[in-house]
Amino acid sequence: MSLTLEQVHRVAHLARIEISDGEAQSTLGQLNEIFSLIEEMQAVDTRGVEPMAHAQDVAQRLRADRVSEAGTIDQRAAFQEVAPETEAGLYLVPRVIE
Amino acid sequence: MIAASLQVLARALAKREVSSVELTHLYLDRIARHNPQLNAFISVDEGCSLAQARAADERLAKGEGGPLTGIPIAHKDIFCAQGWLTTCGSRMLNNFVSPYDAAVITRFKAAGAVLLGKTNMDEFAMGSSNETSFYGPVRNPWNADCVPGGSSGGSAAAVAAALAPAATGTDTGGSIRQPAALCNLTGMKPTYGVVSRYGMIAFASSLDQAGPLARSAADCALLLNAMAGFDERDSTSVERPGEDYCREIDAAAGDRPLAGLKIGLPVEFFGEGCRPEVMHLVEAAIAEYRKLGAETISVSLPSMQLSVAAYYVIAPAEASSNLARFDGVRYGYRAPEYQDLNDMYSKSRAQGFGAEVKRRILIGTYVLSHGYYDAYYLQAQRIRRLIANDFAKAFGQCDVIIGPTSPSTAFKLGEKAADPVQMYLSDIYTIAVNLAGLPAISLPCGFAGGLPAGLQLIGNYFAETQLLNVAHRYQQVSDWHVQRPAGFD
Amino acid sequence: MKAWEVVIGIETHAQLSTRAKIFSGSSTAFGAEPNVQANAVDIALPGVLPVLNRGAVECAIRFGLAVGAKIAPRSVFARKNYFYPDLPKGYQISQYELPVVVGGQLAIVVGESERVVKLTRAHLEEDAGKSLHECAGANFHGRTGIDLNRAGTPLLEIVTEPDMRSSTEAVAYARALHALVRWIGICDGNMQEGSFRCDANVSVRPVGQTEFGTRREIKNLNSFRFMQQAIDYEVQWQIATLEDGGTVEQATVLFDPQSGETRAMRSKEDAHDYRYFPDPDLLPLVIDRQWVDEIARQMPELPAARRDRLATDYGLSAYDAKLLTASLELATYYETAVAAAGNSGAKACANWVMVDLTARLNKEERDIGQSPISAEQLGGMVARIVDGTISTNIARKVFDALCNGEGRSADEIIASQGLQQITDGDALETLIDELLATNAAMVAEYRSGKEKAFNALVGQAMKATRGKANPQQVNALLRKKLG
Repeated sequence: MSLTLEQVHRVAHLARIEISDGEAQSTLGQLNEIFSLIEEMQAVDTRGVEPMAHAQDVAQRLRADRVSEAGTIDQRAAFQEVAPETEAGLYLVPRVIE
Repeated sequence: MIAASLQVLARALAKREVSSVELTHLYLDRIARHNPQLNAFISVDEGCSLAQARAADERLAKGEGGPLTGIPIAHKDIFCAQGWLTTCGSRMLNNFVSPYDAAVITRFKAAGAVLLGKTNMDEFAMGSSNETSFYGPVRNPWNADCVPGGSSGGSAAAVAAALAPAATGTDTGGSIRQPAALCNLTGMKPTYGVVSRYGMIAFASSLDQAGPLARSAADCALLLNAMAGFDERDSTSVERPGEDYCREIDAAAGDRPLAGLKIGLPVEFFGEGCRPEVMHLVEAAIAEYRKLGAETISVSLPSMQLSVAAYYVIAPAEASSNLARFDGVRYGYRAPEYQDLNDMYSKSRAQGFGAEVKRRILIGTYVLSHGYYDAYYLQAQRIRRLIANDFAKAFGQCDVIIGPTSPSTAFKLGEKAADPVQMYLSDIYTIAVNLAGLPAISLPCGFAGGLPAGLQLIGNYFAETQLLNVAHRYQQVSDWHVQRPAGFD
Repeated sequence: MKAWEVVIGIETHAQLSTRAKIFSGSSTAFGAEPNVQANAVDIALPGVLPVLNRGAVECAIRFGLAVGAKIAPRSVFARKNYFYPDLPKGYQISQYELPVVVGGQLAIVVGESERVVKLTRAHLEEDAGKSLHECAGANFHGRTGIDLNRAGTPLLEIVTEPDMRSSTEAVAYARALHALVRWIGICDGNMQEGSFRCDANVSVRPVGQTEFGTRREIKNLNSFRFMQQAIDYEVQWQIATLEDGGTVEQATVLFDPQSGETRAMRSKEDAHDYRYFPDPDLLPLVIDRQWVDEIARQMPELPAARRDRLATDYGLSAYDAKLLTASLELATYYETAVAAAGNSGAKACANWVMVDLTARLNKEERDIGQSPISAEQLGGMVARIVDGTISTNIARKVFDALCNGEGRSADEIIASQGLQQITDGDALETLIDELLATNAAMVAEYRSGKEKAFNALVGQAMKATRGKANPQQVNALLRKKLG
């Protein structure tokens, strides 16, 4: 199978990556080459094989319900030092419309 | 001094023959001299490194030092280190000074090691040549026209050129082992879960694992002793009793130290695909192993040929989600101009990420999207299971699997940069190990055309100690690993 | 005109009453300074990782047991991927294909009839942060401020089958669920603070049609009154739209309490494609039988069982028993009062709690946890009614005095204020003799057949004793004296 230009645009939008028509065109070619490599998988009969999501077959460990960090204004300031835009302790973004 | 092993350095430090400050100065000077040529480091902070060195000297003076106290170590710029610029090789994090330490950094601090600098890498660890870094490519000390491998290329080049005695790396599909092979180093990817991933910027969470890059297996063992250990902040960190990874290396052995060891040679590793000059060196190393007492048998990993395909579904899928947090809201790059919220996201991410990262995010987004999930993501996970099963079967017949690390020696800068598929195929021998979660090590096994080649040893789960020993025994009877590139004395 | 059938399913997000967040060690307390309770994990710094809070899992198990659901021995956390500024990782950790609680049901009462609403599932997930358009006077020059204190607060999302057929049923379900989650102590139920939020999926279809109509989802209903209004408006709008020959498009809508109308949301216009996949940072959640059994042993008696037991043990009507089991606190209060009053005071206790105490609490806008009179005090007072020390009328004075903190117990107030009933026959007889002598006119009236005069005489006797005379005794004595 091969992708279409429209699919490239749709995926780029889902991933929130701006892409020009020219970029989409060249990306399409590269993705199709990569997918022809990936397509090798499709020939394999994997019926009855349990998908493997993790490298280890163990159960989730659980944490005690305990507050381990008391948040402070200083800590917030340290975190927000690297933030693009903040005010009154809040991260600022372009207006969100519901 | 710059050729000394970590053990020798530790002894010199403990005896006060050299101070940590002197040692740190030595390496900082070497970085200042050679880094402009190699581009192995992204950040160096002399003041911070020397302060740590002074603290280490105080510890040593009180006789409280451990095996790594006072030794300068370079860290891949994927590990968050408090107060240090932590870029992950990306414009996205070009201004990110980490407010916290990764578990690996914390453990090295606790051991008294000195943070010598942060090394260059493929952007978000996505690459096999170090050419995708926002900070420019790293050059191979063995040949400046060649790549050092990737993604831990900066760490590999730094250690190979003796700009650092040792370094850390991370390995998602071969990112420690392949640069180790291309730079004549010993590099280990431990079993998934042995080293905490906390504070290590995620590429593909179910595959990523940190490990050491050094000049010998013995050095790697010392480093792994510091790096490995349970961390309650990482759900995938394994709870196991403490392990001394030097244990087997330090044990006395006769002239057939590997007697009784069964080495599996997978037919799939010895077919087409590997350059003959590399294969020749690998076969010579295997012959050496027989002299050390090991027995070799043929094994098969039939699903391994699908590992690249499965990997290029699973890793991008996880990456597409892991990298969604880079949205220009709380840290990192934000586009200077935009119209609204979505435009801010799309422009910040388009400008903040490089081409390879964007390519993988798009692949990952696509394979997870509605209607394609079963055919790609689930199918890849099933193939992952088949690959893991192949290894389980092979380890029923042998103790260690041996093959090449990389199908070729270092390639030229720019040679594969325009051809993602060719680049991806250069990881053909390393990727399956990450999919299965197994430990593996790459060690030098000779030179072809003046460039080093790597031998890969793959062990069963948690067999690091054994694997390090098997590598060490070869290094006791070979001198490939002590060869150093010209021009860096 | 066609007859329409309404179909409603409800999704509820209940914030779980854990101390720490679901995947980090930050506090979940409400009302902190913005972003102070958002640690490295909550703000999704590069490299941080989630670890699951045992307390949140326990809450889910408690809920599953309370609704008779299956507790999944193995469930999986997945990532729901979408971009939104209050979602720091760019994905929400939730459960998708394999939730922790499967099935179950909840009984609701509408009017006189009881019926059962079937549950589809309940799963654990993390809450998002909050988007603020203004804060403490600052309006951020038209930008939106993001507070991540709430990000990572554990949620149990409880999903019903499309089982309800009217707004009244939907509200009855929401109320029953609200009472239950508070009863089993997994959620504080504070709707103003957003601890308990409902989304209603509403569709209509012609009566008799088997396929469902197209549904619209009303988001974030944070009061029962709004839920009723929103669903009523939505139903009427959908019917009007269809009867006008229009079609209903699947949409997410918001309810505006000001206008009383629902309107489709403008943002999130993309066709959703959340790209769910198992979170590689979290391993499967495994819950063994032993753990479930242990939690089952610690579960409080559930509302339905408690109701039946109150009716049987104390001879209460089904209606009274239901009222008294509206919350665990109320039921506990009641039974504590009965323990102090003795079982013969059980009915009187029920009346005092449901009438006088409820009226007082309503007036003072308090809930039972803040009652000005303790259960022991109320029971002690009822005991004195039962043993004849005080009359019900005098008891109202004692009740008020206890509420006002005039004494520590009913006995103390009765003694200090001299409220003990006069039951001494001789003293009463003397008093009544005097009364008859000084009220000759009334006596004459009574004798001429005016029954009202008798009541006036009783009143005089009660007045003379400041209400402390036993009214039955006064009646009997008067009848005897007047022949």
